[in-house]
Amino acid sequence: MTRDNLSNVGAEMIRLVDIHKEFDGVTVLDRINLSIAKNEFVTLLGPSGCGKTTMLRIIGGFESATTGDVLFDGERINDIPAYQRKVNTVFQRYALFPHLNVFENIAFGLRIAKKDVKEIRDKVQSALELVEMLGFEKRTIQSLSGGQQQRVAIARAVVNEPKVLLLDEPLAALDLKLRKEMQLELKNMQKQLGITFVFVTHDQEEALTMSDTVVVMKEGIIQQIGSPINVYNEPTNIFVADFIGESIILEGRYLEHCMVEFAGQKFPCVDIDFAPMEQVDVVIRPEDVDIADDPAEGVLQAKVSSVVFKGVHYEMLAETDDGLEWMIHSTTMAPIGQVIGMSIKPDNIHLMKKETKGPEVTAS
Amino acid sequence: MKRNWLLYPYVVWMILFTVVPILLVFYYSVTVQGGGFSLTMAHYARVFEPLYMSVIWRSIQLALVSTIACFILGYPVAMILANSPDKQQFSLIVLFVVPMWMNFLARTYAWLSIMENNGIINAFLGLIGVGPLSLLYNAGAVVLGMVYNYVPFMVFPIYTVLRKLDPSLIEAAEDLGANPVRSFLKVTFPLSLPGVLSGVTMVFMPSVTTFAISQLLGGGQFTLIGNLIEQQYLRTYDWGFGSALSIILMIIILISMGLMSRSNVYEEGGLI
Ligand SMILES: Nc1ncnc2c1ncn2[C@@H]1O[C@H](COP(=O)(O)OP(=O)(O)OP(=O)(O)O)[C@@H](O)[C@H]1O
Ligand SMILES: [Mg+2]
Repeated sequence: MTRDNLSNVGAEMIRLVDIHKEFDGVTVLDRINLSIAKNEFVTLLGPSGCGKTTMLRIIGGFESATTGDVLFDGERINDIPAYQRKVNTVFQRYALFPHLNVFENIAFGLRIAKKDVKEIRDKVQSALELVEMLGFEKRTIQSLSGGQQQRVAIARAVVNEPKVLLLDEPLAALDLKLRKEMQLELKNMQKQLGITFVFVTHDQEEALTMSDTVVVMKEGIIQQIGSPINVYNEPTNIFVADFIGESIILEGRYLEHCMVEFAGQKFPCVDIDFAPMEQVDVVIRPEDVDIADDPAEGVLQAKVSSVVFKGVHYEMLAETDDGLEWMIHSTTMAPIGQVIGMSIKPDNIHLMKKETKGPEVTAS
Repeated sequence: MKRNWLLYPYVVWMILFTVVPILLVFYYSVTVQGGGFSLTMAHYARVFEPLYMSVIWRSIQLALVSTIACFILGYPVAMILANSPDKQQFSLIVLFVVPMWMNFLARTYAWLSIMENNGIINAFLGLIGVGPLSLLYNAGAVVLGMVYNYVPFMVFPIYTVLRKLDPSLIEAAEDLGANPVRSFLKVTFPLSLPGVLSGVTMVFMPSVTTFAISQLLGGGQFTLIGNLIEQQYLRTYDWGFGSALSIILMIIILISMGLMSRSNVYEEGGLI
């Protein structure tokens, strides 16, 4: 689990050290070690219930770890209550105050900090500008649309100029178009304000578009930490490969230097750190399967069994003679029933060590 | 437009049990007793005599005092209930409700025997050489009776509102730097005001109309408007005056309820 060196991020802001969290004896987070740099956009990505929110709440101070430490700017903050942490949160369901109007919601933190009236007015004003909500000051929360509420929630958090902003699936309630817009806006905002973002999502596309670093989690355990490109192209295990984007996962055997065998054929590849005859998992992205109308042009031959138009590309399923089903994303279409030729470029073949978990190893 | 026939039973019920009695009371209050339909304002004029005004004023005062006392006692109890773990919550509520199943008069009589001159409290005081103090038959005893009997009416509406309060709002306040006290003052309390208002209404109304509590613990020397009305109906048989008092009492309650519903809780914003 290495992390990339990112040039645009600074010194360490937050560090989670061996965090372990149990609820009533059930482990929810295990051996969590994570370092988040200043100005970094980190995304926690994983399926529902994998502990993303819990991790965020531990950083925010709403939950305490069973064991392990939370460091903030080098200092241990385990026992610092939430209201004293220089962290602000955009909650999953916004948690806007229903008894206060838009202005007062955003001004809440500033009033608590006893800023003077003029400063409050100016800051709320510029926060509203940032989220493009000028003119909504007097509106009640109930009168806002979901997207507007979400903007207010963001304004309410950033107006306090926190060092770290925690965002728990803030875009989950929005429709696709607004969601894409807000993704860009948030990303711009983060660059503009120079705040560290810890962003929770279970949408892998969102994670890839927005983040400097993606943290992929499963059942309370970090699977991989890396840049979006790194996580996409070099998944450390089947779970990550499967969760980030679509992928075809095959059993294979490493033959010799830069040569691998799977689906009954030999393929040149670029991975080198495997032993001869080692069993491996082969990951191929559907968009990396090159297809040809003439079966003879491909290394493998398969019969198209389904075609779905997806907008930019076609999603096809094709079956080889040995019964393996391949998912293919291609801008060209082959009709159902046609036999096509398939080939894969060496650097699009990604090999992974066989996962060694218990009794399954002996079976093969 | 189609009429909703399901509403009819309710309308009939309303007319039979609410409208008719009120109209009857109103009729008695503006007619000479036994005089057929001859109208008079004499009953109302009597209400405004100083003697009776002082009784009305005293009733309002005591009801206010007991409402405030119920609020001060009830709010923390409601908070404790709402914040205790679900399993405990049930038993705590049962603990709270069971005394309410006991007859109202029996409960109030119990206080009588506790506070009597040779009652339990004075027996204790006697042991340490104090007293006996006369604890009964004063305003304090009556307020105590009201608070004891009506405090659940304050606790439950507040408890219900606090239970429904989204805990993430408290977390949001904390997240924005509010310590527990400030997050209570700026979020929890303002959001619980609807509960407080219905609690206040539900305590103030029976307090201002009670006659049993003031009769038992006030010993008949402590007349409230409820006692006055009861006397007119059951002892002096002056139904006209009693009805006028009832109508005035109703107006007082309507005004106080109107005042409370006018204060729109959500628009006002935080208290501080
Ligand atoms: N207060 C709690 N008490 C008991 N179990 C809890 C509590 N909070 C969370 N859990 C459990 O911890 C696990 C992780 O929950 P968490 O909310 O962190 O998941 P998540 O990754 O945010 O999921 P989602 O994407 O659905 O929001 C879940 O199994 C959940 O049931
Ligand atoms: Mg969550």
